[in-house]
Amino acid sequence: MKQQTFEKLYKNTWAELEQQLQQAERGGFWRKTPSNGEFPTLYRRVCHHLSLAQQRRYSNHLVTKLNDLVLRSHQQLYRRRSQVLSAILRFIIVTFPSRVREQAKLFWLASAIFYLPGLVLFILVLLQPDLIFNMLDYDNVSDFEAMYDPGAEHIGQDREATSDVQMFGLYIKNNISVGFQTFATGLFFGLGSIFYLTYNGLLFGALAGHMVNIGYIDTFFGFVIAHGSFELTAIVIAGMGGLMLGHALIAPGRMTRLEALSVAGKKALDLLYGIILFLLIAAFLEAFWSSNSATPIGVKYTVGGLLWLLVFVYLAYCGRGADGAKGVAHGPK
Amino acid sequence: MLDNRIHFETPESIELHLVPAGPLPRILAFTIDWLIRMVVLIVISLILSPMGKLGSGVFLILYFLLEWFYSVFFEMFSHGATPGKRAMKIKVVHDDGTPLGWGASIMRNIMRAADMFPSFYLLGLISMSCSNKFKRLGDHVAATLVVYDEKAEPPSKTENVGSRPAPVMLELEEQQALIAFAERSKKLSPARQQELAQVLAPLFKDKPSIDTVVELKKIANGIIGQS
Repeated sequence: MKQQTFEKLYKNTWAELEQQLQQAERGGFWRKTPSNGEFPTLYRRVCHHLSLAQQRRYSNHLVTKLNDLVLRSHQQLYRRRSQVLSAILRFIIVTFPSRVREQAKLFWLASAIFYLPGLVLFILVLLQPDLIFNMLDYDNVSDFEAMYDPGAEHIGQDREATSDVQMFGLYIKNNISVGFQTFATGLFFGLGSIFYLTYNGLLFGALAGHMVNIGYIDTFFGFVIAHGSFELTAIVIAGMGGLMLGHALIAPGRMTRLEALSVAGKKALDLLYGIILFLLIAAFLEAFWSSNSATPIGVKYTVGGLLWLLVFVYLAYCGRGADGAKGVAHGPK
Repeated sequence: MLDNRIHFETPESIELHLVPAGPLPRILAFTIDWLIRMVVLIVISLILSPMGKLGSGVFLILYFLLEWFYSVFFEMFSHGATPGKRAMKIKVVHDDGTPLGWGASIMRNIMRAADMFPSFYLLGLISMSCSNKFKRLGDHVAATLVVYDEKAEPPSKTENVGSRPAPVMLELEEQQALIAFAERSKKLSPARQQELAQVLAPLFKDKPSIDTVVELKKIANGIIGQS
């Protein structure tokens, strides 16, 4: 069949598909896939036309036009749909904790990279108080001292009572960004994650040691214990996700490095969602609970301890035995 | 063929092709998006500044959202393209050609933290240049692609110069080349048309007076069935 006859014959079909496509593509968020049954039929017919046009070597314009139609319909037909609410619930209850458990070794490795250097520096600062000035300069240290001064009205930052929202904003911006960096830089063969984990661990250890030295124990630990449960765990998990990416590059197994990377990326994505969730909770606690100096210190320690227990129990047990909780194993373990 | 098109097959066993977008349009798109973000931030800060500390808290949250989730938002609700990408006629898809989903979009945008290392997205640029699909690091991890959002050009008609059969049997690809020549001839200068047509001059060497360009167009018309 000559090209022009072909075009004349099927012009209407193409116009019809085009029209349905435009309807489907209109509107962003509330977009619907064309609901009448004609769309797939039309799509498959035009697929057939594209095949014919390619096979018969019709002109480039026609092939491009049909290709464009098919491509756009393909985009509409194969959109990955999700039930948002149930997906989120399932993620929180099953997917996230089981993803963490799946890679328990990496979790403990990241924890060690984070806590051990911090612990060492903590002890060193206790023994040798001047060491803190090797980590932080004098101004920073006195800023921190002012923050945890037991005489201050608000602990955590020197600030006024109305500024909880401001601090919430600050914590979100800074802490989640640090989490993202710890995660993403794991791509550099794990080195970035190791750096951020160690650095933040050292900083925290040194600061904690210094606060003990100057006697601000209750204000400091009372402040950090509650949101620390979520925040420190989130940083560890961010490092763990980063290490997964790095590991895929270093030891890709039977895949190419890039394939291994995108497989690891799919798994690490679940960790990433969890990190965002945890850091949001942490920022909320930090701004609206931890900083409240009116709360008796006993209550703070109790609630903080319970939160640590909650995080532990959640990660260790939540979603066990649920359908498919172990996740599908991709590639060799 | 020497091009960088990516071919993949749909479940209908149709082969589709996508053209990955290189560093230049992506840098331009990024610059446009960056400018938009800056303008939005300035406007927000003007609105929020009278609101004191509450305002500054809200500002920081919005700043965070703009920094990390501006692209995610538009990639999800605007067919895989931020305003900058839309302006450059590029968009993001999964690397199997399906439309971008939430997970991949979030992943590729968080991974910018690695791409921007050490600064000015240097690693991202290096990664793009080393990849035949122009993938930055985030694209590798999220399994995504930035492609041209191609719209078919309206078919330019071939010139109405009459038709004739080809003097020899033509292979399909040769037919296609002739049609492409006829369709694109309006964009080519007459001298260039002559130059291209000279390649086939030996076909007509028994009739030296003939205009090869017109003859080739006639043959093309003959192939597509236009008189």
